Amino acid sequence: IYCGAYDVKDNIAKMAATMSNVDEIRNRVILGEFNVKNVHTTDYPGNYPGYDDTWSLQKFQKNFRIDVVQMDETCMEFDMVGIDASIANAFRRILLAEVPTMAVEKVFIYNNTSIIQDEVLAQRLGLIPIKADPRLFEYRNAGDEEGTEIDTIQLQLKIKCTRNHQATKDSADPQELYLNHMVYSKDMTWVPIGNQADVLADANIGPVHGDILLAKLRPGQELDIVMHCVKGIGQDHAKFSPVATASYRLLPEITLMKTVEGEKAERLKRCFSPGVIELENHGGKVVAKVMNSRLDTCSREVLRHDDLKNAVKLARVRDHFIFSVESTGILPPDVLVSEAIKVLMAKCQRFLSELDSSEME
Amino acid sequence: MEILGDEFGGMTPQQLAAPVNTIEEKWKLLPAFLKVKGLVKQHIDSFNYFINVEIKKIMKANEKITSDADPMWYLKYLNIYVGMPDVEESFNVTRPVSPHECRLRDMTYSAPITVDMEYTRGSQRIIRNALPIGRMPIMLRSSNCVLTGKTPMEYSKLNECPLDPGGYFIVKGQEKVILIQEQLSKNRIIVEQDRKGAVGASVTSSTHEKKSRTNMIVKQGRFYLRHNTLSEDAPIAIIFKAMGVESDQEIVQMIGTEEHVMASFSPSLEECQKAQIFTQIQALKYIGNKVRRQRMWGGPKKTKMEEARELLASLILTHVPVKEFNFRAKCIYLAVMVRRVILAQGENKVDDRDYYGNKRLELAGQLLSLLFEDLFKKFNSELKKISDQIIPKQRAAQFDIVKHMRQDQITNGMVNAISTGNWSLKRFKMDRQGVTQVLSRLSFISALGMMTRISSQFEKTRKVSGPRSLQPSQWGMLCPSDTPEGEACGLVKNLALMTHITTDMEDGPIVKLAFNLGVEDVNLLCGEELSYPSVFLVFLNGNILGVIRDHQRLVYTFRLMRRAGFINEFVSISTNLTDRCVYISSDGGRLCRPYIIVKKGQPMVKNKHIEELTQGYRTFEDFLHESLVEYLDVNEENDCQIALYEHTINKDTTHLEIEPFTLLGVCAGLIPYPHHNQSPRNTYQCAMGKQAMGTIGYNQRNRIDTLMYLLAYPQKPMVKTRTIELIDFEKLPAGQNATVAVMSYSGYDIEDALVLNKASLDRGFGRCLVYKNAKCTLRRYTNQTFDKVMGPMLDAATRKPIWRHSILDADGICSPGEKVENKQVLVNKSMPTVTQTPLEGSAQPGQPQYRDVPVSYKGSTDSYIEKVMISSNADDAFLIKILLRQTRRPEIGDKFSSRHGQKGVCGLIVPQEDMPFCDTGICPDIIMNPHGYPSRMTVGKLIELLAGKAGVLDGRFHYGTAFGGSKVKDVCEDLIRYGYNYQGKDYVTSGITGEPLEAYIYFGPVYYQKLKHMVLDKMHARARGPRAVLTRQPTEGRSRDGGLRLGEMERDCLIGYGASMLLLERLMISSDAFEVDVCGQCGLLGYSGWCHYCKSSCHVSSLRIPYACKLLFQELQSMNIVPRLKLARYNE
Repeated sequence: IYCGAYDVKDNIAKMAATMSNVDEIRNRVILGEFNVKNVHTTDYPGNYPGYDDTWSLQKFQKNFRIDVVQMDETCMEFDMVGIDASIANAFRRILLAEVPTMAVEKVFIYNNTSIIQDEVLAQRLGLIPIKADPRLFEYRNAGDEEGTEIDTIQLQLKIKCTRNHQATKDSADPQELYLNHMVYSKDMTWVPIGNQADVLADANIGPVHGDILLAKLRPGQELDIVMHCVKGIGQDHAKFSPVATASYRLLPEITLMKTVEGEKAERLKRCFSPGVIELENHGGKVVAKVMNSRLDTCSREVLRHDDLKNAVKLARVRDHFIFSVESTGILPPDVLVSEAIKVLMAKCQRFLSELDSSEME
Repeated sequence: MEILGDEFGGMTPQQLAAPVNTIEEKWKLLPAFLKVKGLVKQHIDSFNYFINVEIKKIMKANEKITSDADPMWYLKYLNIYVGMPDVEESFNVTRPVSPHECRLRDMTYSAPITVDMEYTRGSQRIIRNALPIGRMPIMLRSSNCVLTGKTPMEYSKLNECPLDPGGYFIVKGQEKVILIQEQLSKNRIIVEQDRKGAVGASVTSSTHEKKSRTNMIVKQGRFYLRHNTLSEDAPIAIIFKAMGVESDQEIVQMIGTEEHVMASFSPSLEECQKAQIFTQIQALKYIGNKVRRQRMWGGPKKTKMEEARELLASLILTHVPVKEFNFRAKCIYLAVMVRRVILAQGENKVDDRDYYGNKRLELAGQLLSLLFEDLFKKFNSELKKISDQIIPKQRAAQFDIVKHMRQDQITNGMVNAISTGNWSLKRFKMDRQGVTQVLSRLSFISALGMMTRISSQFEKTRKVSGPRSLQPSQWGMLCPSDTPEGEACGLVKNLALMTHITTDMEDGPIVKLAFNLGVEDVNLLCGEELSYPSVFLVFLNGNILGVIRDHQRLVYTFRLMRRAGFINEFVSISTNLTDRCVYISSDGGRLCRPYIIVKKGQPMVKNKHIEELTQGYRTFEDFLHESLVEYLDVNEENDCQIALYEHTINKDTTHLEIEPFTLLGVCAGLIPYPHHNQSPRNTYQCAMGKQAMGTIGYNQRNRIDTLMYLLAYPQKPMVKTRTIELIDFEKLPAGQNATVAVMSYSGYDIEDALVLNKASLDRGFGRCLVYKNAKCTLRRYTNQTFDKVMGPMLDAATRKPIWRHSILDADGICSPGEKVENKQVLVNKSMPTVTQTPLEGSAQPGQPQYRDVPVSYKGSTDSYIEKVMISSNADDAFLIKILLRQTRRPEIGDKFSSRHGQKGVCGLIVPQEDMPFCDTGICPDIIMNPHGYPSRMTVGKLIELLAGKAGVLDGRFHYGTAFGGSKVKDVCEDLIRYGYNYQGKDYVTSGITGEPLEAYIYFGPVYYQKLKHMVLDKMHARARGPRAVLTRQPTEGRSRDGGLRLGEMERDCLIGYGASMLLLERLMISSDAFEVDVCGQCGLLGYSGWCHYCKSSCHVSSLRIPYACKLLFQELQSMNIVPRLKLARYNE
């Protein structure tokens, strides 16, 4: 049997493995005390005798499913089951780096008498999420300084700090003494260019969060800044990343190998996150039972208890990805995910067409 | 109740058995201590002592000036003061000045020294008050500094950082520190073995007037006195006789009447006998003949005997006072020296030179007082010279000395000494270099670390381990970790956190007290009592005070008196049982630190005292006054039983340590869990902490320094230490908390390289600002011309400024906010071509000619102009300072370090999506290779990571204080509570494949410092470029765009390999190939095909040789050596 270029040891282990063991190797990642076992995908065609690992759409359609577990305007948790790690990871990577957003790219500082340096201020401005649907804009051409209505959003920040004459005489609180001494992202205002005022009238363009502190001013100091937001991707700069983070974890699977009773059961319960293990009363005996292994954080605490570590098996389901997408608020997370899928589709399309064109040559 | 015997300290069994309660939070004594003493306070105390007390003593010692020309004329100083720092606005108008103004305007922060004096003018006696004689640079935060007693608000109004420690000077705009100097203690007998194993004693005596060194040596069993004023070694018995102790019996009685002592001294007596010297006069004559001739100017001529007597009185053992040639005290001192040497012989009880009790530290005040006294004496002698010259001449106006008092001598003397660091005093033949250093403002810690630095006088090149190694007596006084590596290792040291250095104090009351406590005066003893086995000798600052029978009682009562506050808290008393001596010290420069007093097995400080301290009812002074805490110096520490912790207190314990972590200094105090690290790692971190960039002070943005590094987003460390809190490092941090994954990633992390996350850099991690300045002054010249700043030059065609002038304002100075590129002009200055006063008659008419001398920007990367300052300096010249700024994001090759001496350069920057991530979606900022751990053994870093991770999860800071801090167990329990692995190892998924990693990854936050070494400042390559004028070889060094040298060893490789053409190319063609014309007949160099020697061109051929070779030939010719080249065809 041809077994790929894996460890000889692995091969020997596999050959000696029984049928159920092979299933485990194929489908589970085992959390050992000192290392993680079976980390790699091995179910490619021909690797296991008696398994048909050829890819077919029907099989994929049968196995594949997405369950949205929880969703609000910024966060989403969904399960993606029945897919290879490489594809799931591709979605994660695309979410982080390749779904475009609009962010401040060019900062024109006409006046900055504040304590914060021009470059640092510009960097801070860049990192502010701008609420604008990137699908409505085009990428700006390289070398284009001006920008047009189809590729640029213009924002303005013009603010000056003054003394508050209403302040009480002996006050020492800057909040009361000065006006405008804290510059927040809400002070950035949208200046439509061209026909943007009509086209994007109800898009409500501006910073997502109004309470991001940009700079602190003192009387006499002022900021006079014009910003150009352009479309870009996270690969280029983290400010274009549409997500705070996007990641996944594998579904934990905890199996009790023997019955655990009494004090041990109590201890076992404490070894896992709350809700993973519950205690049941079986005829006066307290017996531990796995309730919801999804809740476990995989701290492997149980492996520190010598008497318990053989009673449980810690594993994770290889093709069950619990995705969590935290949007920066520019686009809702579900849109982001579908955008990510579109990006991947476009890439595949491009790849196919490349293949076609090279075949012709 | 039964009271146990003396061996149990007179305690009841109950008292003995009672457990010692730990004093909770006794570290709180530390901030209280640091408020009054410690760290930079010693510099300030010492300077205060100088300008308030010592300077008056110096004036008293030199108060009267008389003239040889007129016996009636005199000048007498009545008083001397140092005022407050000010600056002369215009003639005779002054105004107070702030330190920051001095920094910006390149001035000296100094105050006038004024005197009250009485003098005669003609026949009048005149008293004048407040006459200035010079200016004294003022130490920041000293009693005469404008900053003392100000609130933080007032500090900020003066543009000064309230956290700045002070203790330095501002001279010509530069911040200068006078380093603490370590010296062997003066006026103490040190018994040593020389290289041959012979025992000898030496004393370095020092008084205000003189310094001398007296040696006692043994040659063939006989004792001799060696002194550099004597041309040969003088037998000790003759010295005794010369000092008036003529009878041999008396000599022996003073030295000791024990059998073996007498036996070893008898050869010396015999020698005296042989030399036929029996009387004082004979002895003085003998010595008079051995006196090395001194400079004989001035004074009446003396006989040899008189000379010898003078010498014995004033030069040998100068510190022992001799009044009217009563040598009694000196004889006894000499006898004690002899006795020490005799007792030390055989038993090997020699003193340890490196023992810290034998060391004294010289601070700014002491050094300045030496300098000032020198300058003051010079000033006075100048006045005397002037009066001698002018009084004899008859003048219309009466001679008034005030008109001849010049201020600049003292002012310049002080300023030059501090700004160059050269301390040369003729009086003591002292010529030291590098006494002062520029205060390093790289980070707050580097500035603070500089204030605690001690430099030793020992030569750096000598390869001896003794003075460099860590002495047990340095415990608690000097930081065991903080020392540089390399040549200065162990010679440059740093003070520990709680060390204080004493200043001189009056010893009159101490003498009185000692006599009242039963010390018998030496002058009343016959001499034999000195060696009685029942008595102890009592020394005060190196002088013999007398003897005491019950030394224990003396020491005990003395300490009681000190604790009760009757004598100064810094007076120390200690017994030396081997030498049978009691030493009392009140001199300056001793190291001491506070301890909690323990009585009857119980510390005197109780929890209630600490509570009162926290509530603010108590200060550290109260602890001292109520005898709860006292200062011990190194010698007294040796005499005490000090418990480190409460549970180690036993019946003999006399003192309790306040906190063990105070044995570390400022720099080592930043390291979390240093007690888990291998010790050299802590030393490395001490050096690296000074290079970390971050914040340097609240006034950092108002400063215009030559070089300043700031971090864009500094953070306080997740794992702090008590020291960090005490020295306000968390208010002025230098570093960021980076999430670190300890794993291998790519191949770009070998040899300690780090892998950085690109997204973290995008978001501001490790981003730093580099500030540089450009300076220019506009001078006025003697011929009434002056420098000018011209407006930008316009391009003729476009009427726009030319590119080089494009950032200039209309006034010819660049405008803030502009971007400057390489070679652009910052200030368009022009200077008159003629600056000298024209000779008479040839007066230049009309407009002077000007020549452009622009200040232009040099640098491979662009900068921005932060601000422009236009002011005037002390010489009333215009001063233009421009602050330039660069923002840099970390790039490959930039250096980072954790706080555990683990430095590394960035090897790779990886996009976030390629980074591994844990279940919660966190990806690391830094990936560090695990190979960094096993050989370095920095367990502290591992613990810092755990504590940091737990702290982040818990939302609080953990402590990694030395010998304490959060326990690993507690920290790990916290991790479990938040669902993380106990060991801090997380399940991590690869960002590249999306599959889990086989290993669990040690993952969590560690405080990382960005060090000042950045690729941008170092990278250098050259293809073509400038050449040196003399040799025509490529220049050297990056700053001159130099070539990369193919050195001797590289050359050897190529020779060995046989790559001759490559050699020729590297060494000549690419360097300094030169065509020369050589005459084949005479072998000399010719020019353009013509041999000047042969006056022909027939044998001239052209060769290619290195220009340096041609130069050598010509230089040889200039030395009358003729190198001749023999030419032959290669195929012949």
